[in-house]
Formats: sequence, structure tokens, C-alpha cells
Amino acid sequence: MTTDTKIRDGGPAMRRSASRRTSGEGLFKFLATAAGVVLLAIMAAIAVFLIAEAIPALQANKGGFFTDLVWEPNSSQVFGIGALAFGTVLSSGIALVIATPIAVGVALFISHYAPRRLAGPLGYLIDLLAAVPSVIYGLWGLAFLVPLLREPSRWLNEHFGWFPLFAGEGAIGGKTMLAGGIVLAIMILPIIAAISREVFLQVPRMNEEAALALGATRWEMIRMAVLPFGRPGVISAAMLGLGRAMGETIAVALIFPATFDISVQILTPHGNSIAANIANGFGEATPIGRGALIASGLVLFVITLLVNMAARMIINRRKEYARAGA
Amino acid sequence: MTLQQEAARRPRGVQHISTGRRVKDRFVQGLVYLAFAMAVVPLVSVLWLVISNGLARFDLEFMTHSMRGIGARDAGGGAYHAIIGTVEQVLLASAISVPIGLLTAIYLVEYGNGGRLSRAISFFVDVMTGVPSVVAGLFILAFWILFLGMPYSGWAGAMALSILMMPTVVRSTEEMLRLVPADLREASYALGVPKWRTIMKIVLPTAFTGIVTGVMLAVARVAGETAPILLTVFFTDSINNDPFSGPQMGLPLYVFDQAARPNDTAIDRAWTGALTLILIVMLLNLVARLIAWWRAPAKGR
Repeated sequence: MTTDTKIRDGGPAMRRSASRRTSGEGLFKFLATAAGVVLLAIMAAIAVFLIAEAIPALQANKGGFFTDLVWEPNSSQVFGIGALAFGTVLSSGIALVIATPIAVGVALFISHYAPRRLAGPLGYLIDLLAAVPSVIYGLWGLAFLVPLLREPSRWLNEHFGWFPLFAGEGAIGGKTMLAGGIVLAIMILPIIAAISREVFLQVPRMNEEAALALGATRWEMIRMAVLPFGRPGVISAAMLGLGRAMGETIAVALIFPATFDISVQILTPHGNSIAANIANGFGEATPIGRGALIASGLVLFVITLLVNMAARMIINRRKEYARAGA
Repeated sequence: MTLQQEAARRPRGVQHISTGRRVKDRFVQGLVYLAFAMAVVPLVSVLWLVISNGLARFDLEFMTHSMRGIGARDAGGGAYHAIIGTVEQVLLASAISVPIGLLTAIYLVEYGNGGRLSRAISFFVDVMTGVPSVVAGLFILAFWILFLGMPYSGWAGAMALSILMMPTVVRSTEEMLRLVPADLREASYALGVPKWRTIMKIVLPTAFTGIVTGVMLAVARVAGETAPILLTVFFTDSINNDPFSGPQMGLPLYVFDQAARPNDTAIDRAWTGALTLILIVMLLNLVARLIAWWRAPAKGR
């Protein structure tokens, strides 16, 4: 601490030899740069080590990794990602369809409808949804949502059974794709709402006032000024939400019934996802089984990476959105 | 009424908005309010269910005992081992990710100058926020446990959690550093203070509360993560105070484990574990927001 006081006393730092000053400076700059490089290295290492540990299992695979539906790496050593990938896409698709309109509504509510003084606290309330740990959503889904959905599911099946998604016979309701999709929707809603809100708040004030001055109602103003400006932001927010939904593990691991088949019937107990299968299958996995799970994780990593990178590129392309990268 | 008169009257009164447009406006307003209500309902429902179901076992035994020697159908038992595990893992994860995150943010704000490296880092920090938690766990499993042959341990879990913490810490710190006025830095340079001392003594203290808020939010996020510690810490029913050797437990993992058991006594424990977890996470969240609100760096100091 002695050196501090010296500097404050009258700038002897200037009198210090130039070499010492630059060495401290150089070291600090080096540390800061190194930390950034470490971050890049971690991202690369994730890919490298997942590939390295997946290869032995893939070589031992007696089926086709991208074509087979069964997942039996522990016993017959036949495993394929088909059913899992399908379940991942279907469940996160359901989540996206449910969450996006509601999230856009929430974002509009906070940015344009709620009283100014309440907007902050109400936005915080939505952020709290993101703070609830995923295992608790799983527990909630299992104990509350699954029984709650039983009757509506039967009704949908009875009246709209001709629609492939709502088709199916026998056991309707229970641990279904619909229940998992709704839980995922709740979990991704806060992130979509938060980014959309930031984007809506950055609509140029002039555009909004011009629309209002022309006699537009609030909705017409939003349709003419806010939504066109915010569209790319909302799209990338939805894509970030999609990435979140595909990678979500524990909540769906508790809810999905872990079947290995391809079925679009979201009201019957079918479904699984890559992430859920990792969580459920890890406990009893043999070395080959672990490698197979790592291989499936690699696929998940690549898919989410692509979705996220695309979303970030959309956000970054517009400078006005720079602040919205939450 | 001539057209001109009509046009002249229009700006004065709202009565000239046609019924159709007014109804549409009201309809959309209703939808927007409804959307907000629909988003709040699950939050209230989750909190209500966790509190009402969790209070049954929210007792001293739960806080002070582990699951060692508790049979499959027995009541009793607790989550002491899980709470210890979570606290240690989260502290270790912070010890790894806070220095790296802080330095990276300093690089981006003070040294990057928008160069190629800094743009790449900035982009991948954003992408890293989207890495699924289960993939972070798989990475440590593949690297630390399978490749290096290390055992399952709390430390392995901490490494997995730190991967999830880093981007959050970088982003929030970066935001806070950018809020520090350039005048402060320039005043320091004018006194002949080198750049790195300016950062250490002027910039970081000014942004301190904001950085603390960001770190606490990151901690709150990873404290609830189950998947990474499931793959790296493994399970145990006993107390293990040493995060560097042998399987540990974590509170989220405890909830997951108990919820998957078929007995009511286990489900009760799962709910109480969920209540404990939500209390910890919400408390961290609330304190972080209070600090941020109480001492916003823009107006502070």
C-alpha cells in the first residue's frame, strides 16, 4: 500500500523509471488479454474434448448414429440420435410457438402500456421467472401441470383429433410433449421478453410521435413504428429462446417419459430429448454408453451454437440493438 | 358538412376515430394485458406450490442431517450434505470465473479498441451464454474425468459451473466499466498514473457495486443448475466436506434425486429442498438488485 500513497502525494509515478512502469503495464495488459484468450480456448476445448471422447463410442456403434432410432449403447451397442433429435426439435418448437407471442405481449406491456412508474418492478417480476431453477420447474410440471393438463388434453383429442398433433388413442394426457413444451415455454419466456423489451424501448421517439401526430391510435402506432423497427430484434430473441429450450435438461428430464420413437402426437405419453436423455441415462451408462451420450451432447452443442450464432449476428448487424445483448 | 370543415375539426376531438379502429385498439390492449397476466400466473403458481409443499419438512433436521442411513421409505433425513456441497461448489466456481471474467471485461473495455481479437472475444462471450448447461457438464466429464482420469468431485462440478458463470460476469462487468465516465480516467492519466493503476484504483472501485451485482446474479443462476453437477459431482447420501476428493451432493441435484424416487417421504424432501433452493436463489437475486438500485454507479461517488 505504500506505493499508493506516494502516487497520491504528488505523482512520483512520473519520476519512476520508464521501464518499471511499462513492465507493470505490460503484465497487466498481458493478463487481461490472456483471460480473453482463455475464454476462446474454452469454447474450442469444449468442441475438441467432446469429439475426442465421442469417437471411440461412435466407432463401436453397430447402428447408424444419424439414422437409427433406438438408443441401446449399454447392451446391444446400437444407438442413433434420430428420435432424440426429433424430440428436441418438436418440444422446443412447441415452446417457441407458445412463448413468443406471450413474450412479445409482455415486452409491449412493459415498454408501451404499463404506467411508467410500475414498468421497472413489473419487468423485474418477469425476470424472476428466469431465476427459478430448472429442477423446480420440473417438479412443478410433474406435480401440478401434468395433472392439470389431463382434462384439456382429452377435450382437444376428442374435438380436434383429426389434426395430427392432437391425434392418438388410449392414454391421453400424462407425461406428454405438450406438458414439456409448456414448461419450456415458461422457461424461455423471460429471455425473449427481456430482449424484445430492450429493442422496443430503442424505437426512435420521433417515429412514434410522428405516428401519433398523424392521428394513429396506440395500436396503429405500435404496428407502424414499433413492430417494424423491432422485428429483427424479436426474431433473434426468439432464436436465443429456441437455443435455451433445446439445451434445457433437468425440467424435461423429469417430465418426458423417455420413449425412443418418432411421434408427433403431443397429447400421448411420447417423447424425449437429447438433453433429457443425457440426464436420465448417465447414471447407468457403461463407458460406451457415456461416449454415446457425449456424442449426442456434441450434436446438441453444434445445433445450439449455430442457432445462437445466427441470433447474435442478427442482433449485431444493427448497431441500435447493441445494448440489448442481455 | 364540407370536406374542409371535416378536416379542420379532426385534430380537435378523438370522437372521429372510427369505432372499428377504437375497438381494435382496445382489443390489442386487452391482449397485451392478458399476455402479462399469463406470464405472471406460472410464477405465482410455482412459488405457491413450492412454499405450501415445502414447509412440511422445513425443519431443523432437514438443515442439519444428511441422507446417510435413511431407508427408501423412511421419513426424516435432510439436505445438509447437499447445502454444504452447493455452497462449496458455487464458491469455487466464483473463484475461477470472477478473475477470468473481470480481466476479460477489462480487456474488452480498456485494451480491445475494437480490434479483431476483441470482436471475436465479444462475439464468443455472447455465444457462450447460450452453451447448454448439460454441455458444460459433458465437457468437464470428457476433459477432467475421462481424459485426465480424475475422480468425480465438487471441484469438477465447480469447473463446469464456472463455464456457465464466465459469460454472465464478463457481460455485466463490461457494462459497468463502460458506465465509468472517461473524465475520471483522463484526470488520472493527467496526473501521470499509468493505465493499469488507473484501472485498478479508479475504474474498478467506481464500478465496484455494479460488478458485485453482476457476480451475485451469476452466482444465483449457477446455484440452481442441476445438469452440470449431475455429470461431474455424482451422487452421495453422506456428508463430504472436501470438494477436492470424492462425490459430493448439490441442492438442485438433491431435489432431482428425491423427486425421482417413488415414495411420498422422498417427494416431501424434494419440495423442501426446492424451497431451500428457491430461498437461496431469490435472496441472492433480491440483494443483488437492491445493491444495484441503492448505488447505481451512474450517479454514485
